[in-house]
Amino acid sequence: MTDAVLSQPSRSPFAMRHPSVLVFLVVLGLFTVAITVLSEGFGLGMISTSFVKTLGKTLCLCLVALAMDLVWGYCGILSLGHMAFFGIGGYAIGMWLMYERTRLIVVDSLAAAELPPTVQEISDGIATQIFGVVGASEFPPIWAVAHSLPLQLAAVVLVPGLLALIFGWLAFRSRVTGVYLSILTQAMTLALSLYLFQNDSGLRGNNGLSGLQNLPGLDDLPQSIVSVWFFWASALALGAGYLFCAWLVSGKFGSVIRAIRDDEARVRFLGYPVEGFKLLVFSVTAIIAGIAGALYYPQAGIINPAEIAPIASIYLAVWVAIGGRGRLYGAVIGAAFVSLLSTWFTGGQAPDLVLGPLVVQWVDWWTVLLGLSFVAVTLFAPKGIGGLFDLIADRRSPNRHGAALGPDPGALREREASE
Amino acid sequence: MKPNFLRALIWVLCLPAAPAWAQDADAPIQQLLQEHAKVIAKSSRKTIGPAIDALAASGLPEAKTVLERWQAKDMWYGKEDGLFVFAEKVDRKTLRIFDVSDGSEIGTVDPKTHKQLKPNSGIRGLIGAALVQFQLNDPDPAARLTALDAIERDANASHLTALRGAIENEPDDRIRARKMRLERLLTIRFGTDDAERIAAIDSFESDLGVDVRATLNPLIESRLEVAKEAPAGYDVLRVLQPGSEDLTRAAAHALLVESGFSAPVITRDDKRAALIANIRNGSVGGVQVADLNTDAARDLAYAELARAGAVDAVATAADIDAALAAHVFFERVVGAPPLVAHAALEALEAIETRVAMARTADLLLDGMSLASIYFLAAIGLAITFGVMGVINMAHGEFIMMGAYTGYVVQLLIPDYTVSILVALPLAFAVTFGAGVAMERLVIRWLYHRPLETLLATFGISIALQQIAKNIFGTQARPLTSPDWLDGSLIVNDIVSISYIRIAIFILALLFLALFLFLMNRTRLGLEVRAVTQNPRMAGSVGINPDRINMLTFGLGSGIAGIAGVAIGLYAKVTSEMGQDYIVQSFMTVVVGGVGNIWGTLVGATMVGFLQKGIEWMNPSNTLAAQTYMILFIILFIQFRPRGIIALKGRAAEA
Repeated sequence: MTDAVLSQPSRSPFAMRHPSVLVFLVVLGLFTVAITVLSEGFGLGMISTSFVKTLGKTLCLCLVALAMDLVWGYCGILSLGHMAFFGIGGYAIGMWLMYERTRLIVVDSLAAAELPPTVQEISDGIATQIFGVVGASEFPPIWAVAHSLPLQLAAVVLVPGLLALIFGWLAFRSRVTGVYLSILTQAMTLALSLYLFQNDSGLRGNNGLSGLQNLPGLDDLPQSIVSVWFFWASALALGAGYLFCAWLVSGKFGSVIRAIRDDEARVRFLGYPVEGFKLLVFSVTAIIAGIAGALYYPQAGIINPAEIAPIASIYLAVWVAIGGRGRLYGAVIGAAFVSLLSTWFTGGQAPDLVLGPLVVQWVDWWTVLLGLSFVAVTLFAPKGIGGLFDLIADRRSPNRHGAALGPDPGALREREASE
Repeated sequence: MKPNFLRALIWVLCLPAAPAWAQDADAPIQQLLQEHAKVIAKSSRKTIGPAIDALAASGLPEAKTVLERWQAKDMWYGKEDGLFVFAEKVDRKTLRIFDVSDGSEIGTVDPKTHKQLKPNSGIRGLIGAALVQFQLNDPDPAARLTALDAIERDANASHLTALRGAIENEPDDRIRARKMRLERLLTIRFGTDDAERIAAIDSFESDLGVDVRATLNPLIESRLEVAKEAPAGYDVLRVLQPGSEDLTRAAAHALLVESGFSAPVITRDDKRAALIANIRNGSVGGVQVADLNTDAARDLAYAELARAGAVDAVATAADIDAALAAHVFFERVVGAPPLVAHAALEALEAIETRVAMARTADLLLDGMSLASIYFLAAIGLAITFGVMGVINMAHGEFIMMGAYTGYVVQLLIPDYTVSILVALPLAFAVTFGAGVAMERLVIRWLYHRPLETLLATFGISIALQQIAKNIFGTQARPLTSPDWLDGSLIVNDIVSISYIRIAIFILALLFLALFLFLMNRTRLGLEVRAVTQNPRMAGSVGINPDRINMLTFGLGSGIAGIAGVAIGLYAKVTSEMGQDYIVQSFMTVVVGGVGNIWGTLVGATMVGFLQKGIEWMNPSNTLAAQTYMILFIILFIQFRPRGIIALKGRAAEA
């Protein structure tokens, strides 16, 4: 609907109008090639497999940060539930990975038996293997389609999408907005993680799903190769996601959702179905988050309910805020920068900071620094790291001599005023 | 007694050089002992019974002492004369002996002339049981109570008579009541007459005691039986349908198999093993092994084997249906005579109803106590969020700070009462300071940007949590309550509530009163309301909005600190404890209705009762209870987005 309305005679190509997209895709492509060349599996072996996995995971986090930026930075919905959708995507793919791998093992072990195994025997064997840790030996109904890769892949997209659709419909139709919506999404996340923590949730309680890094049927393939495959897939997904998000926010649709962020009531009075727009953005970003999770957890190897806890979604908001919300590359930079820095600091590699008699060990104090720098970013640099690019590109906001931009001070980003 | 007496006489005549003797061989107690001398000397748990019973039932005043000394291994008997004496060893060579009838000293002898009675633990237990009847009449009330305790722990039939004899002369009313109750309990267990047992059972219909149910339950013990026809006897407790809740089809069929009425079913594994055992030339029962990959094929092969006689026949599904239909399953009472059992069943049902009522009352108390905890956690938030509209995600961390303040104070002041009294104001001061600092440094720059307030306070929350973790470690720290808050108020065996919960309830009420007073009756409250409604207008009439905002935020945070001390007494103090309350607290405020303290009260009550109610429906799983509660709240907000008590008019727009 965007192009038909907005098309003009002298319309330049999409990439020309949005050079940042092109730059981003080129950088991502070069980065992917560089990592591939340096990796153990396909090249010089200068980067360890585990670091390739870390980078692959970071790309997935960048993708979910994109989704968060779309829903929060552009549409103004501070969702504290997108990491739950991310986790659901991981669980959906994890179920198939775990089922299929266990099935191969069980079939293998039963093949040596005197009688050929019945379907029931195979199914019982798999169930005992998977659910032994939670004291069950039968498949819960939730695993009904775990045997089928296409159906589980569909679940990666459908379950987060439908959950977001239902939840969003309930929330938006009763006009829950602003902080109330944030708290409500946080409550949803909490409810989901508490539910998954139970042993009889059917998803192995707090044991979670494990062994996801092994692709079924490809046991002979070394992890160094698999890690690069997943890295490619993550890079591809991030590139496609970036292109999609950029396309989405560039046209009229983007203008409407930014308008909803800045003054919802005014957009409603102009005749736009605000709830529909919000619901669409909320659900689409949930699906993106689900896809990102489905790519992330096979690289992480394990997923458990703690990954879905509300704090994870808060960190997601932190990444986007530090990177700079309201601009897509900001979200990507924030997620990559903060998560890699977190890995470095909490990994114990960072040198201790000696302040006279006080020795600051970053493993302990990194979170404090992160929290405080988050406060500082909120207070002093609402544009985040992305704001630095404005300085370089000399795209400063017009000086309005302190006059407010919109009905709600601080609501409107100055950048849009220049567009 | 003649032979003994003669023997003693001979002893006297033959051994004139023996030590001094003043032993009274004719004393009734000695005679009684001599009568059972053989079994006493044999000291076997199996045969000793009559001897102890005879002593206990003799009515002799000395019997108690004899039993006690015997139990204490102080009783000896002469190897020559067979007379029983009390004795104590002075040294290896000397044994001082005393008369059993009056305890007077007889003199000292060589230990070799006497033999010590060494009752084993079994016998000592029997003696102890026999002694109970003496203790029941002991002049010391404490001894009588000890005896009653002993009977309650381990009663036997002989206690019933002893107890009946000890009721009439009991001077203490309370002990007598207890004795009578115990007598009725023992009557139920050991009574010989059905009528008196039934009367005793009926008297307990309104008693909630666990001991009553423990006494009645064995009486209705029943055995599941099966027959072709339902028996007509009164000893049939009830008839069960296979496939019902109390009797699964599998259990019913297992009983049929056990009684020989039906062929057994075979597990899948057994069937598999049987098939494997009968593989001949790559086929079983005429079916190729490779084809045995379905249950149907395996059933077929097995049936073929059974026809050939290679394996036992098993029941098919149709056989099982037919067998179950052809038989009647019923429970036959085995614990007591039928009449008694039915009386016990009725009494238990009556008790069950009362227990259910008491449980409901207990549940309500639990719900109220949880509600007051939520209210306490949320009341600070009702000020900062409800009145000021500031989202403070670090509120939970203020609760944690208050709790840790209490913990530190307890480290410094060992007296728990004093430390609590110091900790409460100190926690308020600490979190008030933290709140004021946070308001000045962060929040006041963000008053118009609620989402960013939320984010910034998140940052503070993360930092505070990690700082607490770095200082106090991840381990849970105890916050011990003073002695006078230990224990619980016990209404009956089911309904009880701990004093800490009562204290939290009272504290919650106090804070409600404080809040109402502060907001409606003081100048500060007036100014707070003015600033909240219209800061510019308030500023123009001489109120300093900055100062008021600072004070209000500090007040809300300070109350969170006090709540932290109270919650710390009841739960463990960890760096993550704030997280457990923050979402529920926000829910409480939102459900109740923002900006109204009564709304918070109603919200807390609803959330507390709801959570307890869901836990009651699914007691094994508190995680599920929290999940469902949050889902319920999410749905609830759909229908009342402004909460239960919504502000109207101008206040709602502020």
